[in-house]
Amino acid sequence: MKRFLFNPLPFSSLLAAVCLSFTGCKPADSGGGPQDTGPGANTGKIRVGEYASMTGGEAAFGQSSHKGTQLAFEEVNKSGGVLGRQIEHLLEDTQSKQGESATISKKFISRDKVVALLGEVASGRSLEAAPFCQEARIPMISPSSTNPKVTEMGDYIFRVCFTDPFQGRLLAEFAQKTLKARRVAILSDTASAYSVGLAKYFKDPFVAGGGQVVLEQKYSGKDKDFKAQLTAIKAANPEAICVPGYYTEAGLIVAQARQLGINVPLFGGDGWEAPQLIEIAGGKALENTYYSTHYSSENTDPQVQSFVAAFKARYNGETPDAMAALGYDSARVLADAIKRAGSTEGPKLRDAIAATKDFPCVTGRTTLDASRNASKSAVILTVKDNRFKYVETISP
Amino acid sequence: MTEFLQQLINGISLGSIYALIALGYTMVYGVLRFINFAHSDVFMLGAFVGYYAVRKWGIPAGGVAGGLLVLCLAMSICALIGILIERLAYRPLRGRPTLSVLITAIGVSLLLQNLGQSIFGANPKAFPRLFPEANLHLGQLSITSNQLLVIAVSLILLVALHFIVHRTKTGTAMRALSFNATASSLVGINNDRIISFTFGLGSALAGAGGILYAMNYPSIDPLMGTMPGLKAFVAAVLGGVGSLPGAALGGLLIGLIETFVAGTGWSTYRDAVAFAILILILLLRPAGLLGKSRSDKV
Repeated sequence: MKRFLFNPLPFSSLLAAVCLSFTGCKPADSGGGPQDTGPGANTGKIRVGEYASMTGGEAAFGQSSHKGTQLAFEEVNKSGGVLGRQIEHLLEDTQSKQGESATISKKFISRDKVVALLGEVASGRSLEAAPFCQEARIPMISPSSTNPKVTEMGDYIFRVCFTDPFQGRLLAEFAQKTLKARRVAILSDTASAYSVGLAKYFKDPFVAGGGQVVLEQKYSGKDKDFKAQLTAIKAANPEAICVPGYYTEAGLIVAQARQLGINVPLFGGDGWEAPQLIEIAGGKALENTYYSTHYSSENTDPQVQSFVAAFKARYNGETPDAMAALGYDSARVLADAIKRAGSTEGPKLRDAIAATKDFPCVTGRTTLDASRNASKSAVILTVKDNRFKYVETISP
Repeated sequence: MTEFLQQLINGISLGSIYALIALGYTMVYGVLRFINFAHSDVFMLGAFVGYYAVRKWGIPAGGVAGGLLVLCLAMSICALIGILIERLAYRPLRGRPTLSVLITAIGVSLLLQNLGQSIFGANPKAFPRLFPEANLHLGQLSITSNQLLVIAVSLILLVALHFIVHRTKTGTAMRALSFNATASSLVGINNDRIISFTFGLGSALAGAGGILYAMNYPSIDPLMGTMPGLKAFVAAVLGGVGSLPGAALGGLLIGLIETFVAGTGWSTYRDAVAFAILILILLLRPAGLLGKSRSDKV
């Protein structure tokens, strides 16, 4: 029996070794050699690298976002490309894993010689790739990483979405004014930079506005059972519960809260935005839940409607969500900047992206400020009859 | 008080699932003296059989009959997979050092996980509703019909296993094999058949566990087995690996401890506590709570 002591150890170290050996040896998506189409050459295709979570826990985000960028680049190429050249759009999958983005960004920069990077949807993974882009002076535009630290990594890092301090303030205002909640509990994911950040940016203005956080509970990503935390929250008797996490866990949390007889509103941020939320939680459990996000496909603005129509035509009638809209916007902001820069050199391109002003995005008119963030309005959505429904728009 | 009772219910229903998986671990260990690490991936396959049975093969879900059919289907397919794994991966190593078999088990586990990712896709999928669901409320307390079902199924399977192992001829053969493989073959027991049967039975349990787990936590992915599998492994060691009541007890204890740790604001330490228990039990009582220590021949 004694020998048993050692069993778990070889197991975990072997597992780690095998996992390591699987990373970083995936074949490249690209076919041709990079030497003839590098950024220095003025002919040939312009390479743009996108890294996204196409598989894994946040796959719905990565896939949506990628569909948006793909549509945007196809439209740009169809109308003659930029600077008379076509855009070659490379894609790498981060598998929703920490550590992948760093490897991928290095590969994009040194082997594929991309002119710019698009990605990631999740803040934690954008933070991994940003230092390499900054060092190589290759601009990076994140479509939907909302944690403020992302663009603080350096002056080559941009985003086309709003930030978590804005989103948190907006959720605090929504909880106080619309939900009329004074006592709120928070259940956040300690394993994600996004969730930890958003919880904090919600809490500060909420407390400053006279609200009270009755209980803060935590979980870590990939957990499946939240009943222990929710039972403790129920005992604290809050008027609403803030769940600033991603949809896989948020769906399970909402379902389990309703099973425990917690009927107060639950609300979260743009991490909830995925059709899987409804599949996992069930439409009935999601009534009286709300989340803030970047855009609504129900917006009657002609630009939004023409984007929705183009997206549906391209992807078998699928309605684009906020991630798709932001992916689309990030690609178009980049294409516009390349056009204005008249060059694909890193520093010139950086300056052109930084000068983006009042660019008509489907998620609202976008101006990039001095700290390379976009300031734009947000919408609040809810779920009714198994569908996402628009509630209100909140401007910064 | 209400909060305490509610946490007790939460803990018991979580613990029942761990117990169900731990039973499979402990049974294979009891007979073959090695931990089948692929067990937690057979558990995952059970959940995916349920998913495909409803979403692709058109078995009607939502009623009692359909739900039971899916459960039986998952258990039989998993039993077949278990027997197949034993035949292909472990039988060629019969008589070799336990460590070789153990490492093979890890290999099989990784194979199933990565095959799962390439065949099913790595994205979490929403598990369909199998049985009619209801929330029962007792004053402030609440329990779902799914939680009750998990507890009931775990109890029934524990009793059935106990009956098989102690009251049937096959069970007697299993115990004889566990005691001394050479002697058991001398008295006319077909060791290979008994081992196949053990794997089939253990894997059927894992399949049932996968379905029940997915019903309670309806988001499934090819790596879903890892964490519950490790926890069930801890439970099996805690209860005394090789002992059926020990596995059930260990599972319940781990479920309860995790729930109470998470409910008191220490939720980030939940997994750490479970594994700290493993270390403690190995240091203080290596045979587990209900296990008998047995010295190895040198």
